[in-house]
Amino acid sequence: MTREDIESGSQDMVIDEGKPEGGERMQGNAAPEGFNVNYLKVYYGKLFPHADMFKWMSYGNDGKHPACDQSYFGRREFSFTLDNDIYLRFQSFNSASELENSIKEKCPFKIDIGPVYSVDPAKRHAYAQSGDNVFAPVERELIFDIDITDYDDVRYCCSGADVCLDCWPLMTVAIKVIDASLKDDFGFNHILWVYSGRRGVHCWVCDGKARRLTNEQRASIAEYFRVYKGNENSHKKVSLSDPLHPFLGRSYTEVLKDFFESKLLLSQKLFSTEERYEKILEMIPDESITSELRGKWQDNKRSSISKEDTNVVRWEQLKRILQSGKHKAQGPQMCVKEIVFSFTYPRLDMEVSKHMNHLLKAPFCVHPKTGRVCVPIDPNCCEEFDPTSVPTLSKLLEEMNTGSLRADIDNVLLMPEWDRTSLGKSVRFFRSSFLQPLLKACKEEIENSYNAKLQHSKNSLNW
Amino acid sequence: MEIVGSRRKALHYDAVSTIPLYRSAPALEVRLEDFELFAMDRLRVLKGISDALSRGKKPEEMQQVERDLWKANMKHPEASEVVNKDIISHFVLRLAYCRTEDLRKWFLSMETALFRYRFMSESVEAQRALMAEFDLPYKAVSNAEFESTKDKLWQVARSVVPPLSTADTVFYKVPFEEVPELVAGRRVFVHKGHAYVARNQVVSLVATQFRSHLSKALILTNRKWISTIREQESDRLAPIVEALCTSYLGPDYSEPRELGDISIKEIDQIAQSSFPLCMRHLFEKLREDHHLKHGGRMQFGLFLKGIGLKLDDALAFWKAEFSQKVGAERFDKEYAYSIRHNYGREGKRTDYTPYSCQKIISSSPGAGDHHGCPYRHFSEENLRAALGKMRLNNRAVEDVMDKVRSRHYQLACTLTFEAIHGTSCDAGINHPNQYFTDSQKYLQSKNQSTV
Repeated sequence: MTREDIESGSQDMVIDEGKPEGGERMQGNAAPEGFNVNYLKVYYGKLFPHADMFKWMSYGNDGKHPACDQSYFGRREFSFTLDNDIYLRFQSFNSASELENSIKEKCPFKIDIGPVYSVDPAKRHAYAQSGDNVFAPVERELIFDIDITDYDDVRYCCSGADVCLDCWPLMTVAIKVIDASLKDDFGFNHILWVYSGRRGVHCWVCDGKARRLTNEQRASIAEYFRVYKGNENSHKKVSLSDPLHPFLGRSYTEVLKDFFESKLLLSQKLFSTEERYEKILEMIPDESITSELRGKWQDNKRSSISKEDTNVVRWEQLKRILQSGKHKAQGPQMCVKEIVFSFTYPRLDMEVSKHMNHLLKAPFCVHPKTGRVCVPIDPNCCEEFDPTSVPTLSKLLEEMNTGSLRADIDNVLLMPEWDRTSLGKSVRFFRSSFLQPLLKACKEEIENSYNAKLQHSKNSLNW
Repeated sequence: MEIVGSRRKALHYDAVSTIPLYRSAPALEVRLEDFELFAMDRLRVLKGISDALSRGKKPEEMQQVERDLWKANMKHPEASEVVNKDIISHFVLRLAYCRTEDLRKWFLSMETALFRYRFMSESVEAQRALMAEFDLPYKAVSNAEFESTKDKLWQVARSVVPPLSTADTVFYKVPFEEVPELVAGRRVFVHKGHAYVARNQVVSLVATQFRSHLSKALILTNRKWISTIREQESDRLAPIVEALCTSYLGPDYSEPRELGDISIKEIDQIAQSSFPLCMRHLFEKLREDHHLKHGGRMQFGLFLKGIGLKLDDALAFWKAEFSQKVGAERFDKEYAYSIRHNYGREGKRTDYTPYSCQKIISSSPGAGDHHGCPYRHFSEENLRAALGKMRLNNRAVEDVMDKVRSRHYQLACTLTFEAIHGTSCDAGINHPNQYFTDSQKYLQSKNQSTV
């Protein structure tokens, strides 16, 4: 069904907002998949976790402590993309209800979150005149955007906007590598991974230290993570040192090697055709090695004895030759790793991370092209995440209409709407694994700095 | 900032270190001629550093470059005056280069680079003294911690190019935010938010501090300039200060002049004859794919602006290509805005300037990108193919590849220019629009002479 069909066509389902329990059933077949403007209205009305988003974005500045910054939330930029691609930037709100009402009223197809500015974005023009950039971002989460289309040259199952369970694991691997480094190397604790709704993942690092990073520092972290350089115009896109930096070494031994050898090799059949194995041979600088391997593989020769998968066999052959030490030059030694990195190592969009004023889609938005909700992903069990079974807008509404999923609980009616749908799991995870620990840390930070200031002023009064 | 003539502050610089830190303006009397001459001498040093960097010189080479430039320009007949010349010239250039964002950025980069090379040439004691000056409260890693992390530290030391000596056992533990360059290059071990910096890498720490101090100082200087100095000195110093920048940075091609406008119909033809390789490649890819990613759109779009393509023609040109891939409607919605933005018709109305070679060479094209400098970013094979398509003969191709191997990318482009046009280009190529302008000039003069 095209979007036009859904919008112009019959409204044969009645969504009765007043009676979720035992409400009217959907007439006819199940609701059409994809995106629907009317469903979105209901979504924002009943399911979108407004209060949680507000709590998150306030970072503890909820007015309960004397040291709270009352202006903080109001200085955050949001941007709404409305129907007909109308784009509203520099939206700001002073309270949870303002935010909620605006979202419900405008029903944006996409909500982006920008930085916290030095002043309310709505008043930015008043400050632009001084020519000294007094209107400037002061805080912004450290963010990452990983999009599977950047891997198109190493996945054969899909291309472009498609994603399937054979190539999605590339995203899983990216999460594992980056998440471990953010925690172990950089010492960050409050990290939120979110499904982008179609073909990638976003990462929000929300520690105070992260929010206060300058553009230069963000760029340095992004560069620290960057391995893949170049494009179709250069052959060798990955160049590794020997020994590897500990971060890369750990990523290789703990995540990438195993993933490449036991999963990707087979799911993408990397050696099954000449075109495919040539791509790998291109990464080996030594002609004598590549021609030896080509000799073994051309014309689909294979040992008739072995029942093992061709790809595995050929990979083993390649490794054996490269690591045999026959060729003393350093190049071939690192080749095996370089090949593994080329295929599996995370490819980040550098520009997204480098600038404080870069906007990023908010979690729990609905992707207009797929209807899927941008739900959080638990990095500790990200292998279990299945993008093809993420709740869609229509599924959620169907769940709302046909009654609670949590039939086991007595006081179902007292539960919030979202908790009676498959969105419940995501919101609960968001709260317990991310929001609560974050707010606790924020409160401590606010208190500590307040106490420190008090102490300081006390000391300075002692004359 | 106090200018010349005030006696309020005593001259302040650390007696131990030999590099002044320019913390406050000197209370010296300076002759008006020296005011200008000192500054121009220093500017030659900075410009020399800038040129050497864009030719891809390595840090070790740069140290020697700096020494030579300094020796050639910053001497003074009276030995005692050498330090004063250093300080005075710096502060005069601060005045000149504080006035716009671009000027500040350039000055900041070059002064920091200059400081870095001078620091690296200093003795260990002098370096330690300078570190103290910068108030770097970084403790050396304790023995116990060193023992538990040394394997990782040595792994990093051996992984960088050139490898750090593993004999050096003094490491500083600093918050990773303090050493962005080292983190970016994966040249330090990073753990739980701390970077472990080898003594040899301390330069980075110090340079970052220097840069940050100077950056703030430039903003303050600019404010002072706008509020008081410019007017007070409108008859005396202001004209000198204003002239200092324009005489050295060269044309930035933000105002296409002379050649008149280019129309869309001519583009194919002039692309063949006068575009440098980087722009030919982008143009070709645009024609082929009917699309370019952001980096390519910026580099190529601004270049077209610089050669005289008017906004309306630019919109038509990009639309004609993009609509074949994404449709006319999507073009209008998603891409037209940023083209207008480049021409200064949207948003904060900055009139963006076309990228110079230095900027293009230092860009990092990624997956799906076609911008950058082909002499740097293409593999040898692809570059040879591209040069062949431009109909360079084998000899010329070899000469170009030779320059590429020694990382003289702009010289490689210059040779290409010379091979195609059959004429020499003494000034060397520094800017794609310069390549275009020179090419067009030459072709037009050739046409005229044959008529």
